[in-house]
Amino acid sequence: MIEFIEIIFTAGFWAATIRIACPLILATIGEVLCERAGVLNLGIEGIMSIGAMVGWMTVFLGADLYTGILAALIIGGLFGLLHAIFTVYLGASQHVTGIGITMLASSLGFFCFKLILPASTTPPKIKPFQPIDIPFLSELPFLGPAFFQHTPFTYLAILVVIFAFWLMNSTPLGLSIKMAGENPMALEAQGIDVFLVRTIAVVLGSALMAVGGAYLTLSAFDAFYFGMINGRGWIAIALVIFASWKPERALLGALLFAGLDAYQVRAQQLAGAVIPYQFFLMLPFLLSIVAMVIAAKRTRYPKALLIPFRRGERH
Amino acid sequence: MIKFRLEERAKSPYWLIILSPFIAILVAIILAGILVVLAGANPFESYYQLIIGAFGSKNSFAETLARATPIILTGLAASIAFRAKFWNIGAEGQLYFGALATTLFGTGLVILPSILMIPFLFIMGALAGGLLLLPLVLLKLYYKVDEVVTTLLLNFVVVLLVSYLLEGPWKDPMSLGWPQGKSVIDEGVLPQILSKTRLHLGFIISIFFAFSVWFILSKTVIGYRIKSVGLNAAAASHAGVPIFKTVFIVALLSGGMAGMAGVTETAGLKGYLTLDLSPGFGYAGIAVAMLANLNPIGVIFSGVFLASIYVGADAMSRAMNVPTYLADVIVALTVLCILLSLVFVHYKILFFGVKKND
Repeated sequence: MIEFIEIIFTAGFWAATIRIACPLILATIGEVLCERAGVLNLGIEGIMSIGAMVGWMTVFLGADLYTGILAALIIGGLFGLLHAIFTVYLGASQHVTGIGITMLASSLGFFCFKLILPASTTPPKIKPFQPIDIPFLSELPFLGPAFFQHTPFTYLAILVVIFAFWLMNSTPLGLSIKMAGENPMALEAQGIDVFLVRTIAVVLGSALMAVGGAYLTLSAFDAFYFGMINGRGWIAIALVIFASWKPERALLGALLFAGLDAYQVRAQQLAGAVIPYQFFLMLPFLLSIVAMVIAAKRTRYPKALLIPFRRGERH
Repeated sequence: MIKFRLEERAKSPYWLIILSPFIAILVAIILAGILVVLAGANPFESYYQLIIGAFGSKNSFAETLARATPIILTGLAASIAFRAKFWNIGAEGQLYFGALATTLFGTGLVILPSILMIPFLFIMGALAGGLLLLPLVLLKLYYKVDEVVTTLLLNFVVVLLVSYLLEGPWKDPMSLGWPQGKSVIDEGVLPQILSKTRLHLGFIISIFFAFSVWFILSKTVIGYRIKSVGLNAAAASHAGVPIFKTVFIVALLSGGMAGMAGVTETAGLKGYLTLDLSPGFGYAGIAVAMLANLNPIGVIFSGVFLASIYVGADAMSRAMNVPTYLADVIVALTVLCILLSLVFVHYKILFFGVKKND
């Protein structure tokens, strides 16, 4: 039994937690941005998928890794814009638009992948981001290999999260986004364009989701394959609810979640012979459902979530 | 900046309502045609190949109808749920649950004459699908747990459960290492309805259910209640509609339809359960329901349409060297175009004034 506790005291476990958390954090913060502005973005799963594909393909075709991230950012923003045109400007169903965007983004990604690489039986690989040692800190015992020997993309993701916090909590735009999701009429009364604010939030949020997808192909792994997002987007949506739409809680939730995931992989190696691997793989999904049930009692949705804003109409 | 406003139409013109799905399909096909050009193929020839592949021979036509069978059922599942504004995105998982029930009861545990065995399997499949959805409905009703996310997440759990069963306790020892379930007994197999094709009784059954659902939704009190809950749950509750009972029925009906799609695939098309039983039929159902504007009779036609895209795309892909994923792109574009057309059907777009600096 003691082996199961020892897992937590290995640097490898903590390093894996950070690695697993990164794409989730990016996607979850992205979804928080959208939903705080009043727009549910179910396109997340597909946007992560096409972000992973475009980021990887850009590098595969010869560009450097940072250009890959930028490409993912742009494609994510474009799909966010499409989502915003439908849900914000035209007031179409946010549920169905999101599902449609997920279908379109993932199938378009697969189509383009097959078009460029028609006959690849084994997925081709790129040289992904390599871990860098942070001077001095990386030499610390335990803490060094756990937290200070990650890839640049990981540190970049942390910077992005800090930027998102700053944006949401300390800028007029952040305040406008929150108002657009709580009381759009009041925002409009102040002469601020609700449509525009919501669009900015959805575009930025979707760009983050795509970068989260690209983390998988450019840093965590080195290849793109179909179905690699594997529900991470839906888990992110559950995390947003678990976090009560607060970015800092979303960060915590994603880390907690990633920790459990990293733990189960290691526990699986210990108990693999006894418990079939499928049950371990089910855990993230079951945990997400449990987390939502736990959070349900104190859940307070952004008031204007799912409600399209129409000028000259009162709600 | 150009400003515009959406103004609700008092009454949408009939021609617009009738034409809008066709316009949406046309726009989706034209947009996907751009991708065909990018793939270096002639779009007209490619679409010709697609149509030939879907309807060109008795065999391909039968294949299209066979493919339409589960899609019609999952389309009905989405139509029922979406009418009540209950966002059941879990048809994929419910389909697999129906398939699990078929394997559990249909491979020797229960042996009945065919005339009883087939209805028995459908009832079990429907119950399995409905029972999978029920706890999520209760979570929604009692704890306000968002059903979109729970139904989506449960899809992954169910597929993993199927994977476990097929690799472990339910693995057919005769299957030479390939993970598949035991064969459904002869009494339970859905008979072929067109010789030398894969078209089976399931297609007729799915059409029967489309008409049944249409009857329930438009001719009974339950259907009226489902609609009123979807339009405005609070108002419906005030008017004396039993919300709990209604949503309960929605869950059983919706999950049941998706569960029966698992029955048609396991007992009809394949004869046994596999891990790739459904290449996304559950998600296709959402597109089918939207295309049919949640009308159960319309679901038959939109189901056949979607099936023809999937079947035809395989043939087109072989002939023209265009990736088969084009089919998924067309379906996705159709969903988005339908949403767009719904906006135009229900709203007039009024442009007003060109303002400088907003």
